[in-house]
Amino acid sequence: MSRIKVELKKKDVDTIREICKSFDNQPGELINVLHKTQHTFGYLPAEVQEVVAKELSVPVAKVYGVVTFYSFFSMIPKGKHPISICTGTACYVRGAENVLAEFKKTLKIEVGETTADGKFSISCLRCVGACGLAPVVMVGEKTYGRVSPEMVKDILKEYDE
Amino acid sequence: MADYKIHLLVCGGTGCKSSESQILAEHLRNEIGNQGLKDYAQVVGTGCFGFCEKGPIVKIIPDNTFYTQVKPEDAKEIVEEHIVKGRKVSRLLYKDPKTEKIITDSKGMEFYKKQVRIALRNCGVIDPENIEEYIARDGYSALGKVLTSMTPEETIEIIKKSGLRGRGGAGFPTGLKWEITRQSPGKEKYVVCNADEGDPGAFMDRSILEGDPHSVIEAMAINGFCTGASNGLVYIRAEYPLAIDRLKNAIDQARHYGLLGEKIFGTDFCFDITLRYGAGAFVCGEETALIHSMEGGRGEPTMKPPFPSVKGYLGKPTNVNNVETFASVPVIINKGFEWYSSIGTEKSKGTKVFALAGKVNNVGLIEVPMGITLREVIFEIGGGIKNGKKFKGVQIGGPSGGCLTHKHLDVPIDYESLVAAGAMMGSGGMIIMDEDDCMVDVAKYFLDFTVDESCGKCTPCRVGNKRMHELLVNITKGNGTKDDIDRLMNLGNVIRDTSLCMLGQSAPNPVLSIIDNFREEYEAHIAEKKCPSGVCKALMIYEIVPENCVGCTACARACPVGAITGERKEIHRIDPSLCIKCGACMDRCKFNAVIVN
Ligand SMILES: Cc1cc2nc3c(=O)[nH]c(=O)nc-3n(C[C@H](O)[C@H](O)[C@H](O)COP(=O)(O)O)c2cc1C
Repeated sequence: MSRIKVELKKKDVDTIREICKSFDNQPGELINVLHKTQHTFGYLPAEVQEVVAKELSVPVAKVYGVVTFYSFFSMIPKGKHPISICTGTACYVRGAENVLAEFKKTLKIEVGETTADGKFSISCLRCVGACGLAPVVMVGEKTYGRVSPEMVKDILKEYDE
Repeated sequence: MADYKIHLLVCGGTGCKSSESQILAEHLRNEIGNQGLKDYAQVVGTGCFGFCEKGPIVKIIPDNTFYTQVKPEDAKEIVEEHIVKGRKVSRLLYKDPKTEKIITDSKGMEFYKKQVRIALRNCGVIDPENIEEYIARDGYSALGKVLTSMTPEETIEIIKKSGLRGRGGAGFPTGLKWEITRQSPGKEKYVVCNADEGDPGAFMDRSILEGDPHSVIEAMAINGFCTGASNGLVYIRAEYPLAIDRLKNAIDQARHYGLLGEKIFGTDFCFDITLRYGAGAFVCGEETALIHSMEGGRGEPTMKPPFPSVKGYLGKPTNVNNVETFASVPVIINKGFEWYSSIGTEKSKGTKVFALAGKVNNVGLIEVPMGITLREVIFEIGGGIKNGKKFKGVQIGGPSGGCLTHKHLDVPIDYESLVAAGAMMGSGGMIIMDEDDCMVDVAKYFLDFTVDESCGKCTPCRVGNKRMHELLVNITKGNGTKDDIDRLMNLGNVIRDTSLCMLGQSAPNPVLSIIDNFREEYEAHIAEKKCPSGVCKALMIYEIVPENCVGCTACARACPVGAITGERKEIHRIDPSLCIKCGACMDRCKFNAVIVN
């Protein structure tokens, strides 16, 4: 994977420091710190991880180890409207694969990628627990239930500027 | 509570909220205001009713009217007709799919008839954001009772005698776990609630936290009193934002009421709860991995013993229990162990919550007494298979469980019988599959999951499961060989015996149980290169039925790879060596001339 170089502004570094401080710079709070940092920056590039490591006095390797272990953390920026397709079992047996294929075909990107204009990204998630609505797709915070491949175009259209 | 004559309960669980139940509740409130009935009827946002298939649900108390799939636009009619004129809105009432009869009272629904709601007792009944409603239903009275009139030993004895076993998967006797944690030496101890719920297709823990968070808080405090812990932690999935909000709110309220914090109920007992968030790793549901994750590290499991009850969070004795286990505790203390242990079977007492999902009519959350049969669950409560299709199998226990079939329909559901049948209780996910599902594909799906979620620490799990997955991929592509079934079984048994944690040890279960119960499907893929259910794309052959083809050329024009030949008004042909099996021809043909074999 080609690595994205990021230059952190002083303001950003201060923000990260602030977040770490709000957890008393406790190494045990690493995951909570990362959650909050990702929430602020949208993703966790290596440069951000370095600052976190320094603030919590843990090796960068440990931070990297944690970031890459958990699927919730991402080192590449997501699209402006991140699309998450539930591939939990209930959605799977009700056709989530076909919905995913349709999104990939329409947007011409793979899972984990972002469109060139930065508008959409696709990821899969494991069960949001709304199995009554299977298959389920989330775009940002909005949930779509009983999605069929035919609905994909209309869903994407909602995000036309 | 004010003296309302009518309560309109609107489901505010994740499923119904995604279908605009919040807007619906607002509309109902506005309409009630418009009619000047503010002091007469009250709208209450509750937790999940369980009947997710037909959400959003509105239930009207006292007459138990059960409206399904209600839209915000329906609010006006409900208020004007039902509340003002006392006439039920029949188009929104539930219709029994078998008898086609309209059911006005939820007590008459097959879905609820056989349920016994203990862990879910308050879900869909109270407003989870209002502690007063929990207290009004005996909430925190169990905590009061144990703190002011019982010793920790007496309390543990009740839990032991109730026969309650862990609902997170393994079924370990809860009372015994509490006793071990109590007896482990150490001044500082911890109570942990496992709310990681990683089994895809299971959503009972989420529903309990969304619908009745106080029951878990109360039980954790009782556990703290019994084990000598004053700190509680809830490890909850970040994918459950609503449950997190409700839980946070409930903790704040409990603190405000003096039910958490210092000197609870005027005794010397102090207890408080904080939250820790998961970050999307299934293995973190395993208790040792969960503890490492709470400590801020990678969630990799470690060998047991030592068990968390002896050496857990920060190396201190830690009592880990599942959400549903905790939710059952306060009622047991209030109603007595005799009552609880009178429900269920000899070795599995009480009730279990199951998440019914997949190809079943009534997808939703149900709570049933242990010992009920799969047939009752799937065909009575679940309302049978969707679209009149044939039942094929049911996966119980998620990716670690097994797939059962027709011959198991009369197996009583309890810990031991399920294991004997080749599945396991797990967290209570039940995915129902019909004739259209390919069992080899399902086995591949589950293994895909475990391969993805394996933490990579031990070799049998990291490498072994990958090899099994490759074998399955080959089989579904038509490249399987005669020996592959034996290979899968051998490899599966090695992984089962040698993996470090239960994730690896149980990963081969779906594959092996499907070999046991659906061997003929594997064989069809291998010997005949055929997928009997028509799921595995690579094994499909598209053909044109000459009798039906009128030579309209629509299919040939739709084919993206030029695999279809034939002149206008002549019979067309598909070249199988070029066909990529996209199905475009079939979609386009108006004469049903394209078929799949
Ligand atoms: C791979 C794996 C995943 C697990 N996931 C969960 C889970 O999501 N929730 C849970 O409560 N227990 C889970 N468990 C079981 C826990 O290790 C532990 O047994 C349980 O939390 C103990 O609580 P209980 O006795 O109340 O069931 C999992 C176990 C394994 C091996």
